[in-house]
Amino acid sequence: MHSLRGQVAIVGAADTEVGVVPGKSPTELCVEAALGALADAGIRKEQVDGLITCNAFAEPIMYHAEAIAEYLQIFPRLCMSVNTGGGTTFSVLQHAAAAIVTGVADTILVSMADSLRSFMSREQAMRVQSSTGHPQFEQPYGPTVPAYYALIGQAHMAEFGTTAEQFAEVAVSCRAHAALNPTAQMREPITVEDVLASRMIADPLHLLDCSLVSDGGAAVIVTSAERAGDFPHPPVYLLGMGEGHSHEHISQAADLTTSAARVSGERAYAMAGLGPGDIDFAQLYDCFTPTVLVELEDLGFCAKGEGGPFLQSGATRPGGSLPVNTHGGMLSHCHPGNPGAMFALTETVWQLRHAAGERQVADAHTALVHAQGGIMSSHATLILGREAG
Amino acid sequence: MKRILPSPTPLSEPYWQGCRDGVLRLQHCNGCGRYQFYPRNLCSHCSGRELAWRDASGRGRVATFTVVRRGVSPAYEAPYIVALIDLAEGPRMMSWLVDTEPEDVVIGAPVTVDFEAWSDDVSMPVFRLEQEESES
Repeated sequence: MHSLRGQVAIVGAADTEVGVVPGKSPTELCVEAALGALADAGIRKEQVDGLITCNAFAEPIMYHAEAIAEYLQIFPRLCMSVNTGGGTTFSVLQHAAAAIVTGVADTILVSMADSLRSFMSREQAMRVQSSTGHPQFEQPYGPTVPAYYALIGQAHMAEFGTTAEQFAEVAVSCRAHAALNPTAQMREPITVEDVLASRMIADPLHLLDCSLVSDGGAAVIVTSAERAGDFPHPPVYLLGMGEGHSHEHISQAADLTTSAARVSGERAYAMAGLGPGDIDFAQLYDCFTPTVLVELEDLGFCAKGEGGPFLQSGATRPGGSLPVNTHGGMLSHCHPGNPGAMFALTETVWQLRHAAGERQVADAHTALVHAQGGIMSSHATLILGREAG
Repeated sequence: MKRILPSPTPLSEPYWQGCRDGVLRLQHCNGCGRYQFYPRNLCSHCSGRELAWRDASGRGRVATFTVVRRGVSPAYEAPYIVALIDLAEGPRMMSWLVDTEPEDVVIGAPVTVDFEAWSDDVSMPVFRLEQEESES
């Protein structure tokens, strides 16, 4: 197989203001993120010949990427919006890399934004996200998004003895990182007791086990490794990529406690020629706390069933052996829906540039970022590094 | 606000007709002899196309569950128990556990189907914990 290892790099990255951002539509945030990434890369919009976006729940547009290109007045050779839920953000990097290596496009702008907080009521946001359930055979039972993930959490507890305290460690760890990040939506440190004392949403998930509802956008510029040295900032190379798709509806998952993160991770590690022990920090999709625990296991950072003790060891906290979600994750930084993991990618770029300020992971060279969409359905793993190989 | 009602298709109508009749029906593959859920136009095990509806036992076990403490809309009065049920015939389906306290539910508990009429046209399969005397 033709390996994409080290062939493309991220040369520009930007976030918009995140959290509660009233007065800016998802389209405006998407464009703002795009302009920020162009400025960071030191290029003009005319130099972009590929555009990849995802749709916005709060402002659905039938042909989203085309509309964004028109708004920006760019005329790309490659133009598409992708929709694999939260996994979209990283699965598109594989498409972008393949397009660049095959000459379909040279410089690709990936920009995503949504405004679940300010442009939708809480009920609308809840319903639109719950519509991921099967329309005939799941949705009538009224499962909320937290409920879908609670089904996984409960299964993990029954199979491995995992506890609510161990799930809570994920929220506590993310908040500890967010406390170091001036842009995070929630920065006040919390304890395991705080998580357990917060309102029960869907057993075993408490309010603080659930990610935020936010507005925001983020964008990156991807180009070939050959051109990557011609930009103002050190390039961040894509060393490994992999996807795994196991189901769409949770009632159809072959396994409730092992996800397709296992195969997406294996594919990414194989391409990079690296393993879990080579990773300096990780950004793991954290829509709900059990998601991170399962991903830690499936991506090989600990054995199956050992996610709870691994979290309780403090490994994922600032200064730990594997800092996770160094920006604060979707639990504490922001979660505007499908674009949620884009902020994990931009954060990874700044960490690998050694430009993450107070929260910089010491001597960070290699990172793994992972996102998933649906209900642990569509998984995408990226491994990024400061060197091309 | 109303509950979310399923919109049957020609393919799934025998399932929903069964629910109205008080019978849980599953597709059975003539090729490989296995059952599947949800209804499809091919067998999810062997890709065979000869599928026939059969009455299921209506019995199963709790694969996992959660107690929804905040309903998806005002039409869904919390708390309610959403569960995945492993049917005796093999397939897994989502449903509700009714007439039980959340603390009495454990994963693996045996359950039996029942039907709730939600409208003139729609009856929804729900499950009850089996009584202890029937567990022998």
